[in-house]
Amino acid sequence: MRVAFLGATKGMGRALARLSAERRDAICLLGRNDADLERSAADLGVRGAASPVRCFSCDLEQTDAFAPALSAAREALGGLDAVVVTAGIFATQEELEADPVLAERLVRINFSNTVMFCEAARKVLLDEGGGTLCVFSSVAGERGRKPVIIYGAAKAGLTRYLEGLDHKHRADGLRVITVKPGFVKTAMTAGLSPPPFAGEPHAVATRVMSAIDRGTPVVYAPAPWRYIMAIIRALPRAIMRRIEF
Amino acid sequence: MGEPPLSTLSGWGRHSAQGRERVGEDLERISAEVNLSRGLGRSYGDASLPPSDSPDVLNTTYADRILGFDEDIGLFRAESGFALNELNRLFMPRGWFTPVSPGTKFVTLGGMVAADVHGKNQHRDGNFGDHVTSLRMRVADDRVVECSPAQHPDLFRATIGGMGLTGHILEVEFGLHSIPSQWIWQESRRIHDIDEFQESLEDAAPDWPYTMGWIDCLARGKRMGRGTLMCGRWADPDQAPSRPPKTGLRPTLRFDWPSWVLNRATIRVFNELYYRKQWRSVSRRIVSHESFYYPLDAIRSWNRMYGRRGFTQYQCVLPREAGRGSARRVLEVLTARGGASFLCVIKDFGRGSRGVLSFPRPGITLALDIAVRDGTQDLVDTLNEQVLEEGGRVYLAKDSFTRREHFEAMEGERLAEFNAIRDRWDPNRRFRSALSVRLLGD
Repeated sequence: MRVAFLGATKGMGRALARLSAERRDAICLLGRNDADLERSAADLGVRGAASPVRCFSCDLEQTDAFAPALSAAREALGGLDAVVVTAGIFATQEELEADPVLAERLVRINFSNTVMFCEAARKVLLDEGGGTLCVFSSVAGERGRKPVIIYGAAKAGLTRYLEGLDHKHRADGLRVITVKPGFVKTAMTAGLSPPPFAGEPHAVATRVMSAIDRGTPVVYAPAPWRYIMAIIRALPRAIMRRIEF
Repeated sequence: MGEPPLSTLSGWGRHSAQGRERVGEDLERISAEVNLSRGLGRSYGDASLPPSDSPDVLNTTYADRILGFDEDIGLFRAESGFALNELNRLFMPRGWFTPVSPGTKFVTLGGMVAADVHGKNQHRDGNFGDHVTSLRMRVADDRVVECSPAQHPDLFRATIGGMGLTGHILEVEFGLHSIPSQWIWQESRRIHDIDEFQESLEDAAPDWPYTMGWIDCLARGKRMGRGTLMCGRWADPDQAPSRPPKTGLRPTLRFDWPSWVLNRATIRVFNELYYRKQWRSVSRRIVSHESFYYPLDAIRSWNRMYGRRGFTQYQCVLPREAGRGSARRVLEVLTARGGASFLCVIKDFGRGSRGVLSFPRPGITLALDIAVRDGTQDLVDTLNEQVLEEGGRVYLAKDSFTRREHFEAMEGERLAEFNAIRDRWDPNRRFRSALSVRLLGD
């Protein structure tokens, strides 16, 4: 597989890129910090990535860099079979309420700009005759919830966009995979106390990789979150107003 | 985000302190703000715990990238949170293994350097620090420096075995050894008493790259120090199964055992059975490297067996000059005090280390796992007095009870040299731990 990762230097993206490298995939890394990208490239190279891992600058805050970065990756890999997007930012509801600039930035990065990146990836992959676009959304987008109102709204928008994209282009060979992680123990969530069924990045990555192989359109990870969210989605508003979840 | 509240951090022996772990992939950034690094928390005592007046510690385990590997000479470099179990998983199938492995694979490279860990091949290959070629460090004045035997050699030597007190270890470079298979050709021999043990270890040293012994600590009198000597070498590919060893599910201890479970009677039964297991005088077989190196890793959180009060491992080295009766004399102190050690390990050391405060020196080492009870402090004090008489010292990675005056008497000139280097690199004592406050006074 020839795959481009956006956001694979950290957390779940790092774990997924490592699995990919151990399968001897050919990998390109896109991200905003060149020195950090090179370190991850070295890591993936030693772990088994097919050819030397190439890196290209691509910041989710700079939409005009999306298409050139994806073209560069496509050229470096001699084609492109998959694009994986794990980049994004996180902040707590309190922080976002206190800081409107941060809130605007979060919605822009996690929703509008991620959609624009996916639009660029869609064009490249369709031009290749199809492929896989795997994007990390979140269970936070499943229901309006008190602790994640703004973050969840951005992820809800992203989830709907990805769903529509999958419906429209599956027949053209473009498989869109929406990953909805529940609580996963990464540096991003450190300091929050993990709920039951908190997952490890490696286990989540294994699930996502098998979804990429099979073309499963929606992946909850860790697995129990599928059922937890089914219950949450079914709760009446009167109850959602009362609970703090 | 506001400051997260303090939580309980503990060493592997369940010795604990209030602290706050700072985590992240970017060690270079976080290390500027924190004054102690901590890896997987496998040191038994208070080495990875913060002092009470400075609760933040940097958890390095998210900084786990490999930065380079030279297939021709085996030179390997990674961020300091990279763990030995990952090294084994990735590199053993390719025919490479760490030059020195401690008794657990759940340790980070940074921890292996800071404790200057040793393994079953100490008599031949020395400590982990002997194979380190370079370290990248954040030092007290906030510079990031590379140190090696040629560059800042004083910092390099003090960092190896320096328990994290010279700065944050950011990256570690060392040489891997090539191995012919992932299996070990193991010979176990029944040993009848402690003097025979000390002799057999010395006799086995020239012939076997890996040796260690297990002692039944409750056997007294003529049988004191009876046990099993285990020797091993890597199996040749034609001796070994062609498949790699299985890495099956590991059971986990999910709760603390009540403290009465491990008592003299149950410890006696365990030790008797373990001794009887080696009913032949000699047996030979092929075993997986996992069962040879990491028998205790087979059970996750095995430290919960000791209950909420936890345990301490008392590990000392008795120098060669102390003569062959030295191990017997220490065991006699343990027995006389009624100390019951669940697990007791004996091993010979072939050489010292280049680390200023590293533990090993030529001689014999004993490691005793002791459940913490009311009398543990007295027991450790008495053992330390005997070890001092033998001219020996204790292993800081295991210790949580040694008193400062005993430590100073054991270390003498080495401690003076370490303090001098610490004065040069960290005159204001930025890097401190609960252990440094206890044993070095700051």
